[in-house]
Amino acid sequence: MPNGLTRRALLNAAMALPLLLSRPVSWAVAGVGEARDRSRVPPARERILLLVELHGGNDGLNTLIPYESDAYYRARPQLAIPREQVRRLTPKVGLHPALSPLMLLWESKELAWVQGVGYPKPNRSHFRSIEIWDTASDSERVLDVGWLSALFERVPLPARFTAEGILLGKGDAGPLSGGTARTIALHDLAQFLHQAGSVKPASVPTTNRALAHILDVRGEISQAATDLQGRIQQAPPIGREFPAHRFGKQLELAARLISAKVPVAVIKVTHGSFDTHAGQLAAHQRLLDELAQGLVTFRAAMEEQGLWNEVLVMTYSEFGRRVAENASHGTDHGTAAPHLFMGGRVKGGLYGTAPSLTDLQEGDLKHTLDFRSLYATVIEKWWGVSGAPIGLGRYPLLDVLT
Amino acid sequence: MLLTYDEARHFLSRTGFGGTPDEIHRFMTLDRRAAVAQVLAIPTNKARTPPPTWIHRLPPLPHVRKQWSQRDRRLFHEELKTHGQELKAWWYHELITTPTPLLERMTLFWHNHFTSSLHKVRWPPFLHQQNVLLRLYAVGSFGTLLHAMAKNPAMLLYLDTQTNRREHPNENFARELFELFTLGEGHYHEQDIKEAARAFSGWHVDLRTGVFRVDLRHYDGGSKVVFGKTGRFEGDDILSLTLEQPEVARHLVGKLWKEFVSDQPDQTEVERLAESFRRSNYDISSLLNDLLLIPQFWAPENRGSLIKSPVELLVGTTRLFNLSIEDASHLIGAARRIGQDLFDPPNVKGWPGGMRWITTSTLLDRTQILHRMIRGHELGHPQGMGGMQQRHGVNWLTTEPLDLVQATLLALPPVEPLASEEDRAQIVHQLVSDPVYHLK
Repeated sequence: MPNGLTRRALLNAAMALPLLLSRPVSWAVAGVGEARDRSRVPPARERILLLVELHGGNDGLNTLIPYESDAYYRARPQLAIPREQVRRLTPKVGLHPALSPLMLLWESKELAWVQGVGYPKPNRSHFRSIEIWDTASDSERVLDVGWLSALFERVPLPARFTAEGILLGKGDAGPLSGGTARTIALHDLAQFLHQAGSVKPASVPTTNRALAHILDVRGEISQAATDLQGRIQQAPPIGREFPAHRFGKQLELAARLISAKVPVAVIKVTHGSFDTHAGQLAAHQRLLDELAQGLVTFRAAMEEQGLWNEVLVMTYSEFGRRVAENASHGTDHGTAAPHLFMGGRVKGGLYGTAPSLTDLQEGDLKHTLDFRSLYATVIEKWWGVSGAPIGLGRYPLLDVLT
Repeated sequence: MLLTYDEARHFLSRTGFGGTPDEIHRFMTLDRRAAVAQVLAIPTNKARTPPPTWIHRLPPLPHVRKQWSQRDRRLFHEELKTHGQELKAWWYHELITTPTPLLERMTLFWHNHFTSSLHKVRWPPFLHQQNVLLRLYAVGSFGTLLHAMAKNPAMLLYLDTQTNRREHPNENFARELFELFTLGEGHYHEQDIKEAARAFSGWHVDLRTGVFRVDLRHYDGGSKVVFGKTGRFEGDDILSLTLEQPEVARHLVGKLWKEFVSDQPDQTEVERLAESFRRSNYDISSLLNDLLLIPQFWAPENRGSLIKSPVELLVGTTRLFNLSIEDASHLIGAARRIGQDLFDPPNVKGWPGGMRWITTSTLLDRTQILHRMIRGHELGHPQGMGGMQQRHGVNWLTTEPLDLVQATLLALPPVEPLASEEDRAQIVHQLVSDPVYHLK
């Protein structure tokens, strides 16, 4: 944060920021510069990004399966999903059977799969690789502000927003870390409201920058709690029963927050652990099953309230896994993997190119699409903010949104 | 002139983890010069807390690991985790019981400067060894510390010097050496990094002995050009050439200013201190002596102007309230929750610190953790305030006058006015809940 500027002052001053950028950006109007029927476009404040972190490194090859590839079956004598069990999407790839519930969304074209997502010079450490994803950095460059934090610092949300991001589950702030982004960790809604209830928002004038910062943060907590409490009380009940597992509970809370029209740009949920070094078949089956059940319930809940057009779901993970299975019926840390977009405004289908299973780099897939293209797509296509740099560069956009 | 109560309090909170009224009164018998000399008089750099028993163990070699069953591997990972916790507990014990808090503050400072993490190094004995090295030179010579750190096993592994070979150089260490450890961004060229990296090729820790070695088969003995000078430089030559750059002293003095004085270094003063730091051949102790005696350090407007790190907050509260430390896992978990996991900094840049310590989620967690601590729940003794007054050394919370309790707990007047009718336990609770409690 620049010296001498308090967080609040920065947020207020920044309202004028878009005018300083090379091209006009605005949170109030979605899809700037695109020819489209404005009346049908929800205002940007209702464009929520639901980030699903697949913690631990999801095995992409057993998620979106290249069932026509002999190399796949050769590399995975124990772990390959038999051809006849694969839920076919195209003549080349299909889904793990545990993802069957998602077929409905595939057929109604609300689900897009993006193939071969990774980055150059892949790092195989969980810790470092998720940091690269979180900060949208190059492999060898350390950045310490999350890509969403960096965005909101450049293009702040109006002050009436409860927060930039809400974190559910046990995951960290990740893409929302660092910077001035207001991030509310809602591991437990009742507990948060209880804790925040004792926070007094009283602000006193002070020239002490450290104290001013603490008072600002306190004000944000208090505002968020008041906001959440009021809106949740008035929100319509969720008519769907979510699966009872941890991931299901997070999505249920996400659905409640969205139905309650809590003004927030990002909600992050975490599912895992996908770090399947041993005995992968059963573990991965369960994880994908929970993922699919959770997501279809979430979609049904949103659809029921007419909110599905206002949500974009995106998965991410620190890496995929190696092509060849290991000796423990598992897979070790790899590189590229597929990720999904879901939502009422998603154009379904398959995007990007599947990485070759024969032209490998040290036994790993060569990525075919930089992960930062997904971020650029969210920022420019979903939120209509153009010209914002992602990490240190600019990346091609995907045509996955209507 | 002897220190006032507020000055002595400020001094103890900036050079250590705060002080009880007794400790503060002791420093009121000293003037500034004597107070600074007192905290810099460090009889031993060795931690008093006995280290874990496994600190001399060597990591299993690759050919041994290859033979492992799934179960062997699982047990190994579990042991790594346990030892990591024991290592953290060891340092917390030392932080809380040390008679020389400034040594710990400086060891924390260097831990955040020459970062290494359990996550990457994956061998707790090496991290322990690095901590011993940090405290050995924490207030000694920065030049000696830098040369030793470049050969430290944890550092060799953390920044990939281990795999830096003539055939395929790894620039990680050379880059951070210039960017973070010595010069700071903008004071070197990419070419300097490439050339310097070659001088560190072949440097590694021999995992059979745990000793630093240079493998001449992988060492690039060719000529290198660094900072415009040409020669067949070896790694140590690069470090010496770096230490000749005037930016090193400026970079370090600026960083120490933010640690001890304020978040806005006075450039003229930094320049003056940097100059004498260089002339002293990078003697950290005399730099600290100068830094702690500048008027800005003592200026009332700089009191309570810095934010306590999670470790300072938790260790300070534990010391002040004389809380039990039999089970350090609560402290480890609490510190992690509010953003500082010792021996596991987020990345090579370390914890960004300052205002970044306080976010919407860490502020709520800080408050909740503090409440549990002073209630005694989280740290394993349920007697609360009632019991606290019987505990040795914490009588002051109930026996001293209210204004003294407030002046001890808070650097500045509280944001929330105190209700004088409340009982003492309530008042202490309220003072600890006040935003000012997070300031030092």
